[in-house]
Amino acid sequence: MTTTQVAPAPPGTGTDRPAVAVRGLVKRYGGRAVLDGLDLDVRRGECFALLGPNGAGKTTAIEILEGVRRRDAGEVLVLGEDPSLAGRGWRDRVGVVSQGEGAGQALSVRETLDHFARYHARARSTEDLLAAVGLQESAGSRVGRLSGGQRRRLAVALGVQGRPELLFLDEPTTGMDPVARRQFWELIRGLRADGTTVLLTTHYLDEAAELADRVGVVAGGRLVEVAPPEELGAALRRETTVSWLEGGARRSVRTQAPAAVLRDLLAVQAEIPGLSVTRPGLEDVYLRLVGATPTTSEGALR
Amino acid sequence: MTALHATPAEPRGLERLRWAVADAVAAAGRDVAHWRRQPAAVLVAALFPVLLLLMFTYLLGGGMVVPGGGDYRDFLVPGMLALAMVFGVEATMTAVVTDTARGITDRFRSLPMAPSAVVAGRCLADLAGSVVGLAVLLAAALAVGWRPGGLVPALAAVGLLLLLRLAFLWMGIYLGLLARDPSMVVAVQILVWPFAFLSNAFVAASSMPGWLATIAEWNPVAGTVTAVRELFGAPVGTGGGWATEHALLLAVAWPVLLTGVFAVLSVRRFQGLSR
Repeated sequence: MTTTQVAPAPPGTGTDRPAVAVRGLVKRYGGRAVLDGLDLDVRRGECFALLGPNGAGKTTAIEILEGVRRRDAGEVLVLGEDPSLAGRGWRDRVGVVSQGEGAGQALSVRETLDHFARYHARARSTEDLLAAVGLQESAGSRVGRLSGGQRRRLAVALGVQGRPELLFLDEPTTGMDPVARRQFWELIRGLRADGTTVLLTTHYLDEAAELADRVGVVAGGRLVEVAPPEELGAALRRETTVSWLEGGARRSVRTQAPAAVLRDLLAVQAEIPGLSVTRPGLEDVYLRLVGATPTTSEGALR
Repeated sequence: MTALHATPAEPRGLERLRWAVADAVAAAGRDVAHWRRQPAAVLVAALFPVLLLLMFTYLLGGGMVVPGGGDYRDFLVPGMLALAMVFGVEATMTAVVTDTARGITDRFRSLPMAPSAVVAGRCLADLAGSVVGLAVLLAAALAVGWRPGGLVPALAAVGLLLLLRLAFLWMGIYLGLLARDPSMVVAVQILVWPFAFLSNAFVAASSMPGWLATIAEWNPVAGTVTAVRELFGAPVGTGGGWATEHALLLAVAWPVLLTGVFAVLSVRRFQGLSR
């Protein structure tokens, strides 16, 4: 157990050692490259969200960083160590919330937390954990009787039990109801206030926008873009979609100069029925980054 | 781990061993806690060999003749004790498959604990469970009138039985890591039966056709069965070959060999989980 806790660097310096540094990460399954040269940096104290479609390699990447899966090529340093060689002291500094629940069915929530506390050098108290994830009322229930959302809460509690410096969360809120998700977000904000670095994967863009300092979009085994959520896909965001009805059918044009499009339209007609002028949201940007929506060709009007 | 990667916080030498033992005991404690929550399942597993003992003693035993003479019940009890150890392969395999399927194995691998603790804990818990199972079966045997020859040989017999359990425990760990799907356990549960009957557990090998007798005599269970019969002062059945005459040697050699092979395979398979 190291006692030298690296303080989160003031924003913008970037000179401290990153919590996670990945260069050219490659992982193949039966000749197919799931990860194909992934580069990733997570700074100390930040919350980084990995976004990407199913099968993009998010879970594989996070498992390699956790040290439970081997890589085929590339350099990986997590908290300054290679996860595939790291030992007990390193594992105690890292928290893991994987997609599986990772707990037996017959024990109660409280018994499960008490049991896993025994492996950590400085475990959080079971009562604190139950309160933090909102499982006090289910403390005596067997794990096998919990709902899907309650199981995710237990998984989160087990992940943060050892007071990790770095927390990995693989789709932590899948199956949680909106109240539980907000409670989870509060928990993560509290951990971050204590200086915990968080790396999470999620399908929920609002979650990424809510929690993450930076978002990385994974597609085709690589990181295709990294930016703060509000700046993600800056070039794409400048494109405005102008949409209107023409002869009963909806037409739309994507443009960086919506005013010009409107002028052209108004030149031929006095009224523009069903007009809407929209800027892309995070979801639109994300879908276009991972190539899930076809781009309508510009100039359809002219 | 080389000194290059070791941090000052990394436990070394004796300290490391102490941690590994503590982790294994903790992991075993989890299994024991689960059993305490599921007493019915534990009871059924412990009573199944008792049921077999009663069936073979009272339903089939009347028609059984031990070559060379002797009471069939006394002949049967050591066979049933050994088979109870063999049946343990299913319990171990089920536990390992379930832990893998529920992500518990992966959780252990991400926790600050000795990598050996997962399998070592499994070993400790299942051996403890087998001690309870043996006690239940021995109590049932005493209840139907069976008596061991003496205390010290009886303890030696229990030692041989637990050694056999250890071999099938490692086989169960390996099969469990191999299976990845709880339905595979059923296949093993079925295959255990021909394996059990193709031995000297229920009848003397010498009563079988020649080539079958040889297979039955060399069955990994057979050495233990014969050696335990000798230690309990039970009839052994005459007409055995070299394997029967050197039963004690085989009762040690077979389990040691199987344990070695399946321990190596299991450790490899366990390390292969990270691929």
